[in-house]
Amino acid sequence: MGVNFHSVFFHLMAVLASGFALAVVFSNNIVRMAFYLVASLGAVAGLFFLAGADFVAALQLMIYVGGTLVLLIFGVMLTARGPFADLKTSPAQWTVVGLVGGSLLAVLLYAASSASRWTASGKAASAPPDQVAPTSAPLGLALLGARVDKLDPKQNSASSRAGGMSGYLLPFEIVSVHLVVVLIGAAYLARARRRATPRPIAANSPPDDPSQSSSVS
Amino acid sequence: MADFFANWLPNWLALTLAALVHVTLILTLALTAAAAFTWAERKVAGRIQDRLGPTRVGGRFGWLQAVADGLKLVSKEDVVPKNADPLLFRAAPYVSFCASFCVYLAMPFANGWVAQPLDIAVFFILAVAGLEVLGVILGGYASGSKWSLFGAMREAAQVVSYEVPLALCAVIPVMVAGTMDLVAIGNMQSGWAWNWLIFHDPFLFATFFVYFTCAVASVNRAPFDLAEAESELVAGFLTEYSGFRWSVFFMAEYASMFAVSMLASILFLGGWNGPLPITVWLGLAPNPATGDAPHALLAYLGNFLGMVNLLTKATLGVLVMMWARWTLPRLRIDQVMTMCLKYCIPLAAAMFVGAMVYAYAFPAGLIFRVGGGG
Amino acid sequence: MNPLAEPVHLTHYLVVGAVLFVCGVTCMAAKRNAIGVLMGIELVLNGANLNFVAFGSPYLQSTSPASIGLDGQLMALFVIVLAAAEAAMALAIALCFYNAHATIDVDQADELKR
Repeated sequence: MGVNFHSVFFHLMAVLASGFALAVVFSNNIVRMAFYLVASLGAVAGLFFLAGADFVAALQLMIYVGGTLVLLIFGVMLTARGPFADLKTSPAQWTVVGLVGGSLLAVLLYAASSASRWTASGKAASAPPDQVAPTSAPLGLALLGARVDKLDPKQNSASSRAGGMSGYLLPFEIVSVHLVVVLIGAAYLARARRRATPRPIAANSPPDDPSQSSSVS
Repeated sequence: MADFFANWLPNWLALTLAALVHVTLILTLALTAAAAFTWAERKVAGRIQDRLGPTRVGGRFGWLQAVADGLKLVSKEDVVPKNADPLLFRAAPYVSFCASFCVYLAMPFANGWVAQPLDIAVFFILAVAGLEVLGVILGGYASGSKWSLFGAMREAAQVVSYEVPLALCAVIPVMVAGTMDLVAIGNMQSGWAWNWLIFHDPFLFATFFVYFTCAVASVNRAPFDLAEAESELVAGFLTEYSGFRWSVFFMAEYASMFAVSMLASILFLGGWNGPLPITVWLGLAPNPATGDAPHALLAYLGNFLGMVNLLTKATLGVLVMMWARWTLPRLRIDQVMTMCLKYCIPLAAAMFVGAMVYAYAFPAGLIFRVGGGG
Repeated sequence: MNPLAEPVHLTHYLVVGAVLFVCGVTCMAAKRNAIGVLMGIELVLNGANLNFVAFGSPYLQSTSPASIGLDGQLMALFVIVLAAAEAAMALAIALCFYNAHATIDVDQADELKR
């Protein structure tokens, strides 16, 4: 009997993604958490590849793992000094969080397992083909407003939920402007300021002295 | 190749065997290239500095010096600093090496000779090449010394900043060619040298040089190697690494140098198609004029010659990088960032607009045309 | 070998997405480090992305007519881009907070005036 490599790799990537996500939750060292997160998101990119979304998977690797997480790790390096590298949560908080998380997981697992009941007809699952169908050109054209994947009238019938031919040009433009705004805003917020001394929160220190020098921006 | 094995073996075994063969071939190429480049580096450095370089190990040219270096590194003591994070310190070189190695999965060596044919090959290569910086940061932090951390932060900032103009420059030939599939881009440049994309329009010509500069910066080679500078940060993030782990980091660096050079060759310099269409003359490749294809064995030989052609171009690119290293002085970190933000990005953007306008105004090309396959 | 030989259903993807989502919610709720909370947000977004891609996958179409085709991948694309922007913003805020108060502990960020 043959081995379905798609299933083997799916299970491998799923175990890696979930395992490293759990490691992020249960680890206390912030730097190790960052690297477990990198591994988890890399495994998620593998899952995207297996689901046939090759462009989105490469996008995940480039932007999420190679960009966002590098940014996160920079932030960790800049703030993980001494006592802040290992901040522990109290067991009481863990209990409450565990209950909430557990119930949420139960609800989501029930919903996931009922997915097979959503099929109208009992069509059997087919093994995926060896070659991935190209998605970058249809994605690009959809972003420009032309849904070339919906030209097939058989797919576009009223019974299927694939109606609607409008592309994603407006969201594309909005997201582009949004990125520029966020870039400017984040650069402004994180600019270097000179402060005399960083002020700890008043719980442990005397009230604020009004004669203390304010920040020079 | 999997279909070839599937004639005798069950399907799953054929797939596994094909994957193993691909991985072994690419790993052999990456490791041999790294070893050869260490030797070449020392020879080139010697000649530029008016001396001979290694001449004793293995005959007159010292070509076994790389083997001797490898043996020395493997036999060194395995030192892990006391302040180092044990798991992350040990894992860092392999993270870097994996990222460097995975770039070769989508890189074609000849027409159809690619480990995994992807129609998003350029995007995948740029994405995976950008993951190498994670190994650098990991190594720098996990060494437990502040010099390593500073060096790693600088190197990461440099690599991540230069990814932007690198990707922008790589997108320009993709836009002109109309596809991200490297096999298709390579086939598009078959024939004589004027079919190469670098001669397609003046903007692509300038883009090649901007791309090469950004590639040198993004693999942290001189003159952009402040992060590894021996006289300033000891060795940056490599300070605490010695022996085998150091050699894995260096193999990753040479492998990524070779990879970006190979990508430049495929995107701009015609890939496996030479300046002269020798394979067509010898009957080893399909003749575009008459349309007859050669016998399978001759086609294999033609592809093999194409692969040798591509590897030669990539090696020439790496030798130019070495030449630049030993000739130019090192840039300061603020000069490096200025160059990226004030020169490379606007230049790349201007080239992008120019190439777009050129392709719109002269769709068939002014003098040179992108022919040979479409 | 038996479970490895059967094709993968939509349910498998949704289960992995659910696990990632719940891990992210737990991180957001339980971590005291502000950047730890940010990591939880990233996990949540990835769980949702996995669901989107699974619903838009051409391979799993035969197991559910709820497949949304390319829309799933486009949603995932927009989520990735927006998540990158949001992570940059959140990190800028966290760095601001750290520079002002010399701590990254969210339990200590309990006074509006400061």
